[in-house]
Amino acid sequence: MKLKQLESHLGSLQQFDNPKIELEQYPTGPHIASRLLYTADNSFGDVKDKVVADFGCGCGTLGLAAALLGAKHVIGVDIDAESIEIASSNADELELDVDFIQCDIRHLRWRGGMVDTVVLNPPFGTRKKGADMEFLSTALRVASEAVYSLHKSTTRDHVKRTSLRDYNAVSAEVLCELRFDVPQLYKFHKKKEVDVAVDLWRFVPKTSSPKRL
Amino acid sequence: MRLLTHNMLSSNIKGVTNGFPLRMEVGKVVEKTVDFNADFLRNMFAKVEWNALVEGSKALGYFELPDNVESSMLESDEFLHKFHHALLELHLEQGALICPETGRRFPVSKGIPNMLLHEDEV
Repeated sequence: MKLKQLESHLGSLQQFDNPKIELEQYPTGPHIASRLLYTADNSFGDVKDKVVADFGCGCGTLGLAAALLGAKHVIGVDIDAESIEIASSNADELELDVDFIQCDIRHLRWRGGMVDTVVLNPPFGTRKKGADMEFLSTALRVASEAVYSLHKSTTRDHVKRTSLRDYNAVSAEVLCELRFDVPQLYKFHKKKEVDVAVDLWRFVPKTSSPKRL
Repeated sequence: MRLLTHNMLSSNIKGVTNGFPLRMEVGKVVEKTVDFNADFLRNMFAKVEWNALVEGSKALGYFELPDNVESSMLESDEFLHKFHHALLELHLEQGALICPETGRRFPVSKGIPNMLLHEDEV
């Protein structure tokens, strides 16, 4: 599937009806989501025929993008039942078979080695400090091959240092810097739309094993 | 929820040491056809907890998987198709997952397990 096609599929997905600020629910735009998954698949081979998990999946954009690119098994995880319901109907709409689990990422306990790749657009931690790093830490424990995540560019040094020192990453690389459009979803937003500079990261966990025999 | 997902979930209640595998209480099972991919199955074979998969498939009403396996079976097309069906095509649609240690019930509705914990379980 071409990048443009992927982006256009993702553009048709239903997004949050009633976004919850305490969970920092912002939709992952089709532009960013398509580039994240396309790069993971095209440049690194981390999607097609893989087991992919989407942490904090919200309306399912990243996980569904993975499924569109041929991931063999996709699991979307979110704490919020309403989001999962939307994600699940988005999957039906695209005729994709994706598993969803309602779980707090902080309390997730999975048997290791089963998931190849974790993709996530974590809460940026503007409401609850460090929320993005909690997500990243769990992602690096679960993934056996790679983690793709988005973090505000202003936190670049912190993300790099912490992931390498504390979260078992053997490599942490910014693939590109993107503009994250935050539409005026909440009442406290004064401007109509704000652009936030966001880094697209690729992390490799330490337990990474040689791919196939 | 596919049995592949079941094969990695464990009870996440604080203090539980033997939370795997979760037992299944089955209300409704759904089957969905998935493209067959032998390489994927060979790769997964090394990662899957076989006993949990066999027990899980039996709970969902599928009795074709052998109790004991060895890697030579991966040469058999017949075996791979059974493995494929159990791992990817059977879904627990309604029911529950039960923590093997505490008996705590995690409900599964429309195929989605609810693994949210109560305050005293965190």
